[in-house]
Amino acid sequence: MGEFPQFVRLPLARWVDQGVEWLTREYGPLFDWMGQVLLVPLVQLERLLLWLPWWAVILAVALVAWKVSGWKLAAGTAAGLIFIGTLGLWEHAMKTLTLVIAGTALAVVVAIPTGIAMARSDLLERVIRPVLDLMQTMPSFVYLVPAAMLFPLGKVPAVMATFIYAVPPAIRLTNLGIRQVPADVVEAARAFGSTPGQLLVKVQLPLALPTIMAGINQTVMMALAMVVVASMIGAGGLGTEVLNGIARLEAGRGFVGGLSIVILAIIIDRISQGLIRAHPR
Amino acid sequence: MALIEVRGLTKIFGPQPQRALALLEQGLSKEEVMAKTGHSVGLYNVSLSIGEGEIFVIMGLSGSGKSTLIRCLNRLVEPTAGEIWLRGQNLLELDERGLRALRQRTMSMVFQRFGLLPHRTVLENVAYGLEVQKVPRREREERALRWLEVVGLKGWEKAYPRQLSGGMQQRVGIARALCTDPEILLMDEPFSALDPLIRREMQDELLALQSRLNKTIVFITHDLDEALRLGNRIAILRDGQVVQVGTPEEILSNPADDYVAEFTRDVNRSRVLTARSAMYKPRAVVVERGGPWAALRVMEEQALSSVFVVDGEQRFVGLVTVEAAVAAAQKGLTDLRELAIREVPTAAPDTYLEDLIPVAAHSKWPIAVLDGAGRLVGVIPRVAVLRALAGRREAVDFPNPRSSAAM
Repeated sequence: MGEFPQFVRLPLARWVDQGVEWLTREYGPLFDWMGQVLLVPLVQLERLLLWLPWWAVILAVALVAWKVSGWKLAAGTAAGLIFIGTLGLWEHAMKTLTLVIAGTALAVVVAIPTGIAMARSDLLERVIRPVLDLMQTMPSFVYLVPAAMLFPLGKVPAVMATFIYAVPPAIRLTNLGIRQVPADVVEAARAFGSTPGQLLVKVQLPLALPTIMAGINQTVMMALAMVVVASMIGAGGLGTEVLNGIARLEAGRGFVGGLSIVILAIIIDRISQGLIRAHPR
Repeated sequence: MALIEVRGLTKIFGPQPQRALALLEQGLSKEEVMAKTGHSVGLYNVSLSIGEGEIFVIMGLSGSGKSTLIRCLNRLVEPTAGEIWLRGQNLLELDERGLRALRQRTMSMVFQRFGLLPHRTVLENVAYGLEVQKVPRREREERALRWLEVVGLKGWEKAYPRQLSGGMQQRVGIARALCTDPEILLMDEPFSALDPLIRREMQDELLALQSRLNKTIVFITHDLDEALRLGNRIAILRDGQVVQVGTPEEILSNPADDYVAEFTRDVNRSRVLTARSAMYKPRAVVVERGGPWAALRVMEEQALSSVFVVDGEQRFVGLVTVEAAVAAAQKGLTDLRELAIREVPTAAPDTYLEDLIPVAAHSKWPIAVLDGAGRLVGVIPRVAVLRALAGRREAVDFPNPRSSAAM
């Protein structure tokens, strides 16, 4: 008697299946083309990171760390990256980094204009907010499948899935940052005859920047988390090591891969945090 | 000559202001409109004319609509109905571009909470108005530097607003407003956030600045003392309507209604009221050639123990007491000029009562009010100084003090 009546079944699952099938059938070439467009810079970036000598990459990252924070972070960053190298995971780490950079870049490019638009229109905010909730709370495996069906397996669906998972905080905090700019400052800027564009560029964005940066920091961290999951659809990188470790019951392999991800995460987090603080306010 | 003419200005807050406006025009009160439509009436049918080069103060308690009114002038708040005329142009008909030009060049604004851009240096803040107009960096920074010097902040140009005290931040605000060389300055409670000492200092500086620049200034305040100190004319706003417009003295000595009277009750009148408003027509006066007998007769008629002595042209000579007059009459002296006490305190009609308080306290005699030619135009009994300060209501038992000013 505890069972829900049989005749009231909503065939939502079938509808989604049909929708995805329809998309692949009708717009297959479009997605293929989009995939190619995305793939080219992705491959270039990965090639660059793998072509560069390991010490050059370490030096560059340490330099950035030193710039935004100080010698302590620079030393820690270099030590962490060298450690990953000694574990034999350099190539995997660079592949992961590629996905994180690409996913984040895509997210930022989309998030900032969206966040600005949301901040300007209450209606738009009401519409977009539930969509962001959906993107953030939906288990990420769920959209991995349609992404893999629409795009050729590999890096592109991984970047797309990463993008979907990681973009919400950047949008939210861009919106929040602009809305939090004190009303009296905005009013003063308007009183001196600023155009809406001048108001945005000269007042709202600079004042929202710390908040926007906090959003981007979260986006990077989420992108890194997603990269592990994305290895299931052949994205490559450190996630593959973790996945293989589980699949083959090799605890050591999984641990080493996982540890490397943690090190990357800490480095990326500290550098982007440093960027927020380095900004004069 | 009026520079700004505000006619029938109304602002109703809410999604359908026109509906509420129609009800208001049918004669419903604001409370009824609020209850019926949920719209609040910010301003209703405000008409003002603001003269060129004057400091026009708009004062009222919080919620009286004064901030709304000043923001309607540059349309930071969009009025619901009415007209605002400036040099033959109705500002409410300006399009976006025209409105920006107005804000950039003609009217600038100073804010209660300063409204400085926290991420910009003092210099960049002052230059902001010119930057918006796309004035080249070099020129705008030169001009901004000059204004910083005028407001006394030379050397602070590279500081950030948060490093400055409140008073200094507002100086930046004033320099920023002046930097675009506007005709009209809108000042929204610019000194209210400052502590009283600094506030007084800023008021003095504003007056000094104004005597050089001759801008038209619309100044909002909730502080009557400030209004009286700064305003050439004052408009008193209550519940979104103008209750009274007048010079400081008019407002104080002739409050239009109980609301204004209530307002003016606690004010420091001594800084506004002058000898003219406290003096009486001199009645106990004798011409010097009349001699002691004439003086004694006047004293008798007026039931006084002393009279003022004037010469043939009404010029003030001094004061003769009853004792001196009796003694002189017995000795057969006739020259009142010799009997007259010269140490009588005098004042001009424009002397502030503030300055007469110590005089009244230390003198045995009433204060003689003399015009520029030394003619006796009024008398202020010592007690009248204090009565005038206490407010109009208590002063009315004195015989019509204002009529003596005409003499």
